[in-house]
Amino acid sequence: MSQTLNATTLLAVPMAPLVGAILAGILGTQFGGNWIGRRLTHTLTILGVLIAFILSASTLKSVAIDGARFNETLYTWMTVGDLKMEVGFMVDGLTAMMMCVVTFVSLMVHIYTIGYMDEDEGYNRFFAYISLFTFSMLMLVMSNNMLQLFFGWEAVGLVSYLLIGFWYNKPTAIFANMKAFLVNRVGDFGFILGIGLIAAYTGTLNYTEAFAQAADLSALTLPGTSWMLITVICICLFIGAMGKSAQFPLHVWLPDSMEGPTPISALIHAATMVTAGIFMVARMSPLFELSETALNFIMIIGAITALFMGFLGIIQNDIKRVVAYSTLSQLGYMTVALGASAYSVAVFHLMTHAFFKALLFLGAGSVIIGMHHNQDIRYMGAVRKYMPITWITSLLGSLALIGTPLFSGFYSKDSIIEAVHESHLAAAGFANFAVLAGVFVTAFYSFRMYFLVFHGKERYDQNPDAHHGDHHDDHESRSPHESPWVVTVPLILLAIPSVVIGFMTIQPMLFGEFFKDAIFIDAEKHAGMKTLADAFHGPVAMALHAVSTAPFWLALAGVVVAWYMYLINPAVPAAIGRALRPLVVLLENKYYMDWINENILARGARALGNGLWKVGDRTLIDGWLVNGSWKLVGMVSNWTRKLQTGYLYHYALVMILGIFLLMTYFVWLNK
Amino acid sequence: MTLTLGHFLSLGAMLFALSVIGIFLNRKNLIVLLMAIELMLLAVNMNFVAFSHYLGDMHGQVFVFFILTVAAAESAIGLAILVLLFRNMNSINVDELDSLKG
Repeated sequence: MSQTLNATTLLAVPMAPLVGAILAGILGTQFGGNWIGRRLTHTLTILGVLIAFILSASTLKSVAIDGARFNETLYTWMTVGDLKMEVGFMVDGLTAMMMCVVTFVSLMVHIYTIGYMDEDEGYNRFFAYISLFTFSMLMLVMSNNMLQLFFGWEAVGLVSYLLIGFWYNKPTAIFANMKAFLVNRVGDFGFILGIGLIAAYTGTLNYTEAFAQAADLSALTLPGTSWMLITVICICLFIGAMGKSAQFPLHVWLPDSMEGPTPISALIHAATMVTAGIFMVARMSPLFELSETALNFIMIIGAITALFMGFLGIIQNDIKRVVAYSTLSQLGYMTVALGASAYSVAVFHLMTHAFFKALLFLGAGSVIIGMHHNQDIRYMGAVRKYMPITWITSLLGSLALIGTPLFSGFYSKDSIIEAVHESHLAAAGFANFAVLAGVFVTAFYSFRMYFLVFHGKERYDQNPDAHHGDHHDDHESRSPHESPWVVTVPLILLAIPSVVIGFMTIQPMLFGEFFKDAIFIDAEKHAGMKTLADAFHGPVAMALHAVSTAPFWLALAGVVVAWYMYLINPAVPAAIGRALRPLVVLLENKYYMDWINENILARGARALGNGLWKVGDRTLIDGWLVNGSWKLVGMVSNWTRKLQTGYLYHYALVMILGIFLLMTYFVWLNK
Repeated sequence: MTLTLGHFLSLGAMLFALSVIGIFLNRKNLIVLLMAIELMLLAVNMNFVAFSHYLGDMHGQVFVFFILTVAAAESAIGLAILVLLFRNMNSINVDELDSLKG
């Protein structure tokens, strides 16, 4: 039985959060006169997201169990020549899965925010933003055409900008949101070029129609060059994904985005928005499959991000930044999987990562609340005694992240490593090394943070930045305390899928038919997924088999090394740091990427602009053309005005001389 | 000695030359300038009449009447301007009238 999906129901999914966002944003803020209070605001927005989640879940059920599909245009915005700009939904396995992930994580974050933002003045504004984000993200994933995809893409970027700069009185936050916006512009420029090329050559923005012509595209080259058109399109699109999904070298904005409140770090900068690039590439798999060069490029970028961003996580001391670099590294893993043509594996990791990374971020946020807004892990320790729920859930999240067998992260990450291993692309060798080394690095930084925060000695009073002024603050309130239930309930609810979702869904998602019409793989050229499917004998067998493979032991080694270095013998990291001083400096400066951006790119661009302004504009246009023309006219007239003496007889003389000249000409010369 | 066309044309040319010289040499009085212009027109008239007579074509003499009329009107306007000029500038000295100077 094939149940069809209802357009009205689907429309309600993005609209419910939008209505919540509008109500909260207009009536709940000064803009609309503070009509509705805090309680009503969060009730309304949570209700909107809850409706969206329930409808998404029922959509997922119809898609997964009844095999329902939906692909219709609901509204034609405008028609330019033959190019239609439409709003429509396409619902298949990929979309339904994304809808559920987005709405579920968003719902958890909404609930969590009640506790986290409790004392903040911008409470209602914050709810309006995150609901608006949910709407934008849903429009992005549900789209059936590239224009709507781009709309959602830009809208989530806008909300991300607004939320990073949520505390707009903080100069670092303003710097960070500007940086995020500018870096994303670079990526979006590539993205819109890619969309433009597709529209120019296929004459349509609709996915289905564009993909139907993919084979024709692959035969063309870019006019005037010998570049394959499909490669150029795919690389342009992927540059968009690099911006949004923070891939090297456009990753610089993501760590800085941690200036925003923690709930949005979890929702936007870990679980959903940053995975939009991965989703997009998976969605465009019929195009990417045709270009081996683009896949190699994707794989190299992903491998660089996966490994080198992981290294950065090791030396960070801000709890949120450790998680942020971990996000970068995991996004790199997803990108590598895309490069290996294992789109379903990438999306699978996207899903598991969304749960456990949101969990880790919310856990970090819970620790931050408990620690009275101290974020430096050097001044934490033994938090598990005070915050048991946060401790257990964070441990589960960390175990999922490093790929402990049976946890969700294990299934997705091991599949990525296998897929890269099976890939025959030129870049696969390097990528294979990067993802394997990344396993150790991931385990090391995750458990370094875990041990520093939850175990060891209490170091709360060593913080030089802490406020020592308030003496009446008794000791009891300086030590951490468990967060309220609105914070811990989302942690528990996220911990459940973080543990079990991989076990439950690996079979249908990777090797079943869940993605069969959403993701296209050229099985002849890229047989990796088929090999994986042949080797797969159920999730339990996979977990058992893992014990004899390298990733498991690498992860274990990472945990043990972290345990030894940060619990047993804390002098070791300092000694290593001294021995490898240049390396540590390199890492502390984040490979000088910020330095390069600020001093070479930004300053170079400013110097270029300055040069063009001074030479091109001021000297050439203003100096020579504008001022030059008046000066020339002035010079000529200054010279000719001397002829105007004002005496009548001079004019008369000239007249008569003229007559004589003309007469001479007519009488003698013009015979 | 008979009068030929050449004589009349010479007379016209001489009158014209005199008036041109009058314009250039006169640095004092604007009225002299007007008179010189009149004389110029008369020189032209002389040529018209002479040609008309020797070619037996009356059109030339008709033209002379028109030119005389126009010249009279022109003198009247010129004198009127001159009076106004004197009222404003208190002078009709050609050397002082250089307000057109650039």
